[in-house]
Amino acid sequence: MDLPDKDAPLPETLSSAGKDETLHAYREMLRIRRFEETAARAYTRGKISGFLHLYIGQEAIAVGTSLAMQPGDRIVSTYRDHGFALAQGCDANACMAEMFGKKTGLVGGVGGSMHFFERDKGMWGGYAIVGNHIPIAAGHAFASKYLGDGAVTICFLGDGAVGIGPTHEGMTLAGLWDLPVVFVVENNRYSMGTPLERTLPAADITSRAPGYGMVGDRFTVEDPFQVRDRIGAAIRRAREESQPTLVEILTYRFRGHSMSDPAKYRGKGELEAFRASDPFERANRALLELHGMTEEQLEAIDDEVIAEMDAAAEFADQSPQPDPDYRFENIMIEGEG
Amino acid sequence: MPTLQIREAIREAMREEMVRDDKVFLMGEEVGHYQGAYKCSQGLLEQFGEKRVVDTPITETGFAGVGIGAAMCGLRPIIEFMTFNFSAVAFDQILNNAAKIHHMTGGQFSVPIVFRGPNAAAHMLGSTHSQAFDSFYAHIPGLKVVSVATPYDAKGLLKSAIRDPNPVIFFESELMYSVRGEVPEEEYLIPIGEADIKRPGDDVTLLCWGQSVPTALAAAELAQEHSDLSAEVIDLRTLRPLDTEAIIASVKKTNRVVIAEHGWPYGGVGAELVDRIQRLAFDWLDAPVARVCYDDIPFAYAENLEHLSIPQPEDVHAALRQVAYRD
Ligand SMILES: Cc1ncc(C[n+]2csc(CCOP(=O)(O)OP(=O)(O)O)c2C)c(N)n1
Ligand SMILES: [Mg+2]
Repeated sequence: MDLPDKDAPLPETLSSAGKDETLHAYREMLRIRRFEETAARAYTRGKISGFLHLYIGQEAIAVGTSLAMQPGDRIVSTYRDHGFALAQGCDANACMAEMFGKKTGLVGGVGGSMHFFERDKGMWGGYAIVGNHIPIAAGHAFASKYLGDGAVTICFLGDGAVGIGPTHEGMTLAGLWDLPVVFVVENNRYSMGTPLERTLPAADITSRAPGYGMVGDRFTVEDPFQVRDRIGAAIRRAREESQPTLVEILTYRFRGHSMSDPAKYRGKGELEAFRASDPFERANRALLELHGMTEEQLEAIDDEVIAEMDAAAEFADQSPQPDPDYRFENIMIEGEG
Repeated sequence: MPTLQIREAIREAMREEMVRDDKVFLMGEEVGHYQGAYKCSQGLLEQFGEKRVVDTPITETGFAGVGIGAAMCGLRPIIEFMTFNFSAVAFDQILNNAAKIHHMTGGQFSVPIVFRGPNAAAHMLGSTHSQAFDSFYAHIPGLKVVSVATPYDAKGLLKSAIRDPNPVIFFESELMYSVRGEVPEEEYLIPIGEADIKRPGDDVTLLCWGQSVPTALAAAELAQEHSDLSAEVIDLRTLRPLDTEAIIASVKKTNRVVIAEHGWPYGGVGAELVDRIQRLAFDWLDAPVARVCYDDIPFAYAENLEHLSIPQPEDVHAALRQVAYRD
């Protein structure tokens, strides 16, 4: 595995950004990271069960993508979905309560960590069967084209989803029909415990793009503004030209696949090298070095965010479980639609 | 009253609903330019254009999922499977997306979609192309499952399925597309979930649906003629939700039941029927319920072997005699 250069200078996209926008993006990344850490603690205390996949290390992608979206655009994601929900403005309390299996959760406690949906925030799931949301996202884009609503669907998948059938079929139809969709592979180098060398026949996932009749774009994540600009270009292509794009973003997750994975399979020095080029830490450096902020100021922000997430955990803990009869709800719709 | 073939009744249902609601579209393999593998969609491309009659490559998972994703945005897709055998490769989309999304999103999204096409054995197609999927789909909460046997039912139920806010599996039969029957010219709908007495009778309740309806009607004829037995033939028409009320009412009248099922016996829809009947009408039964099903084997191509594996009117007649203790 190619390891990142820890002494690389701050990327141009980050250093040229203004203080306010840098601070905003930093804070959003921080919110995701602290949310995930809070969730991990709650899991250890037995407050959260099931599968819990953390987004720590990949935050710049969700934050940058949300910056590039317009109202009405949709995110369709995998089960590693907390970052997208928070970046899209879903309430941290409701997200946390969902994982606690509470009535006040984002979907009333029926979904858990893997199924975050909030329609009006553009958070369109939350899918947990690897690859089966790619045709769904293509279907949203099909509807956008059919209805002429101008919305763009941005669909995230992992490097481990590239080989499975629905991915191939969904991308085939999106390319064939020129659908306004952006597929983004978050290549975090692992599919559970299996490194991509043992899952991908060709390292460059975007080498498939021409086969689907799509433009490909491949880059290593550096900061949220770079993500905003690159995904923004793909969103524009979707909106203005009704052309799909296959984006591959090289990234890294700092935790195991899910809470039950100690990630013993990593190479020596790998985690440290990626930590040294953590986009979140870079944004922190930019605020200190370029925008004259002090350690104390950043710590005060951190304290605020930690308080927000602690309050979310407290809210989730105090919330009631769903009503017993709720298990029979939302299965069939009565009457004609 | 004019008569139509089942394929024409299906076509008219789709045509009328597409005229009525521009959110309705048809998608599948060969549905447009080729006019449908079984010609159900003949003329629709010419009338509605490529936007609404969408030919797909061979991508059942892909276009089933696209349909679901489009339905979540408010469109009303009709997804045609060339046959339900090929829905097996889209099974995950139906099981994990269509049937789950309304629930999994806390009711934020609905999936008003119809998956339709021919189901069960046709003629000498071999093991992979002869399967009945009734029990696979009827097993899944979150779906409605319809199975039609007459042009009248096909039209009225397909129109209801297209208007239904839930995902609906709609079974047709390749062998029965040319069956003719009366269909009124004026518009009508048949509610999903209602069985229909296709032939009233007093001695035995004979339950059937889809391909087993003609089998059961022929068996009832044999029973009347040769055994002086009057069978009440009930076409379930909907497999989920089941019209338990209609079934039990008939059982309480006849006290005997035969189930004619074009499908495998193990865990079949008939097994579910037997469970309901013994639970809800135990004291009314004068004989164990009899089931006549497919042989419990993969189907053979050879004509004689296939014929032997499918319930024939004579087999159902024998079962009617058995529950009436005529032998
Ligand atoms: C069809 C299917 N097979 C297996 C799994 C179990 N599973 C869940 S996530 C995962 C690894 C996916 O890795 P990747 O796509 O790279 O995404 P990441 O978790 O790295 O974000 C596996 C094997 C599943 N959910 N669905
Ligand atoms: Mg991965």
